[in-house]
Amino acid sequence: MMNKLILGRYIPGDSFIHNLDPRAKLVASFYFIAIIFLCNNFASFGLMFAFTLFAILLSKISVRFFIKGVKPLIWLILFTVILQVLFSQGGEVYFKWGIFTISEWGLKNGAYIFIRFVLIIFMSTLLTLTTPPLSLADAIEYLLRPLKAIKFPAHEISLMLSIALRFVPTLMDETEKIMNAQRARGVDFGEGNLMQKMKAIVPLLIPLFVSSFNRAEDLAIAMEARGYQGGEGRTKYRVLHWEKNDTFVVIGFAILTGLLIWLRG
Amino acid sequence: METPLIELKNITFKYHGEEEKNALNDVSLNIYPGEWVALIGHNGSGKSTLAKTINGLIVPNAGDIFVKGEKVTEETLWDIRRMIGMVFQNPDNQFVGSTVEDDVAFGLENQGVPREDMLTRVKDALEKVRMSDFMIKEPARLSGGQKQRVAIAGVIALRPDVIILDEATSMLDPQGRKEVIDTIRKIKEESNLTVISITHDIDEAAYANRVLVMREGEIIQEGTPGEIFSHGEELIELGLDVPFPEKLKAALKEREIDVPDTYLTEEGMVDWLWTSGLNK
Repeated sequence: MMNKLILGRYIPGDSFIHNLDPRAKLVASFYFIAIIFLCNNFASFGLMFAFTLFAILLSKISVRFFIKGVKPLIWLILFTVILQVLFSQGGEVYFKWGIFTISEWGLKNGAYIFIRFVLIIFMSTLLTLTTPPLSLADAIEYLLRPLKAIKFPAHEISLMLSIALRFVPTLMDETEKIMNAQRARGVDFGEGNLMQKMKAIVPLLIPLFVSSFNRAEDLAIAMEARGYQGGEGRTKYRVLHWEKNDTFVVIGFAILTGLLIWLRG
Repeated sequence: METPLIELKNITFKYHGEEEKNALNDVSLNIYPGEWVALIGHNGSGKSTLAKTINGLIVPNAGDIFVKGEKVTEETLWDIRRMIGMVFQNPDNQFVGSTVEDDVAFGLENQGVPREDMLTRVKDALEKVRMSDFMIKEPARLSGGQKQRVAIAGVIALRPDVIILDEATSMLDPQGRKEVIDTIRKIKEESNLTVISITHDIDEAAYANRVLVMREGEIIQEGTPGEIFSHGEELIELGLDVPFPEKLKAALKEREIDVPDTYLTEEGMVDWLWTSGLNK
C-alpha cells in the first residue's frame, strides 16, 4: 500500500535542490502554487512548465517518479477536466447535446486546469522527494514562529509534528504485527463485502489505539524524566542555514513572477 | 558514616483507585555515592513505583525523599531530575528524537545548554556507548539493545549523579542485554556514577554492591549479592530466579552431595568443583 504512494516520500541525494534550505523550498513551493493561478494564456503556462522542468532537472531525480506521483490523482484530475470541458460556455461552440456543450473556452479551461494540477503535483512531489520529513518539520516550526505573537503554540505544534514523524515507522511495524497476529487467529482483512471489511478492521484498530495510548504515556514519562518542561528556555540542536543558493532561489522566483505578469497580457 | 546521596524516609504510596493495598508501604532506604544497588522482586512488588518516586515522577502519599540533602518538592523537582537520569523498559517508547543524535540532544535542549556545548556532549556520550557510527540513523533502523544504549547516552550526556535503570534490559535479547550492562559498568567505573537497577535479570543483579528484595511494597531483604543469593530456595519461593551456580548447587544437593552454603560465582563454583574431589 505504502510503496505505491510517491507523495510524501523522500529520496536521498546530492543536488542543488536537495541542498537547499528547507524553509526556502517550502515557501517556494507554496509561492509556486499561488502564482500558477496568475497564468491565463498558453505562453504563461509554457513558462511555468519550463520552470518546473528546469527544477526537476536540477534535482537529478528521474521524471518517472513525478509521473508516478500524478498517477493516483489522475482520475480526480480527469473528472475535473471533463466537468470543465462539458459545462463551461463561451467562445465558439463545437458540439451541443442537452445541457452538455463543448466550446472553445471549455476546452481551454480544461487544458489549463489539467496543466495546473500536474504542475502543482510536480512541484509538491519535488518538495517531498528532496526534503527529509524532519527538515520539513524544522522549516514549519521556523515559519510558524512569528505566530507566537498571537499565542499560537508554535513549539508544541512542531514537537507534535516531529514526534508524529518519528513514530510513523514504529506504528507501521506495529500495525503489521497486529495484522499478522489477528490473521493467525483467523481474521480476514480485505475479504468480503464493505460491511465485513469494516468489521475486520476493528480487531486491528482497537489494539493499535490502546498501544498508542500506552506509548504516549511511556513517552511522556520519559520526556519528563529527561527534564522536558515545555518550550520555554530550550535551546535547539538542529539549526537551519540560509546559504547563497537559497538567495538564488528567491531571485529566480522574483524573475519568474515578473515574466509571468508580462506574459499575462 | 558517609552521607547518603539519596534518602527515602517512610515512603508510602497508593495508586489512585486502588483501595486495599499500598504500592509502597513505609519504605526507608539510603543510597550512597558510587553504589550499584539492585532492586529485585516479582511483578507488582513496587520496584518501579519506588524508582519513580525518587525523581518525583510519582509523589508519595506520605514520607520524604532527599537527594543530596535536598528534599524533593514541587520547587526542587527539576533540579533533582537533573541529578537523576532514568532509562526505561521499552526502547521504542522513550526515543523522543527522530534520529540518534537528536534523541541524545533532547535532554540537553531541555536544560538550555548552548549549541556548541551540545555538539561535543552529544558526540562524547555516543562515543561512550559506542554508538558514534549511528549518529544520523533513525530509531526504526536500530536494534533494541542499540536503542537502549542511545537512551543511556541521552542520560549520561546530562552528566547525572545517579542513573536509574527501570527494567532497562527486560525487553532485550541476551546479546543486547549484555551490551547494555557492559556499557553501564564501563561508564560507572569511568565517572563514578551511582546506579540503581531495577531488574528481573539475576546476572544484572549479581553486579550490584547491594541487592534489595521487594515484596508487596516492602523491602524484605537487603544484602550483598552473595548474601541474597545464598538463600537460593527462598528466592525461588518469592518467584525470583537464582544465578546458575545456585541452580547447580540445588541440583547437587538433591543428589545428596555436600555443597558449600556460601554464594559462589561461576568461577568460584568451578574452583570448588575441581578441588572438591567429587568422584561420582
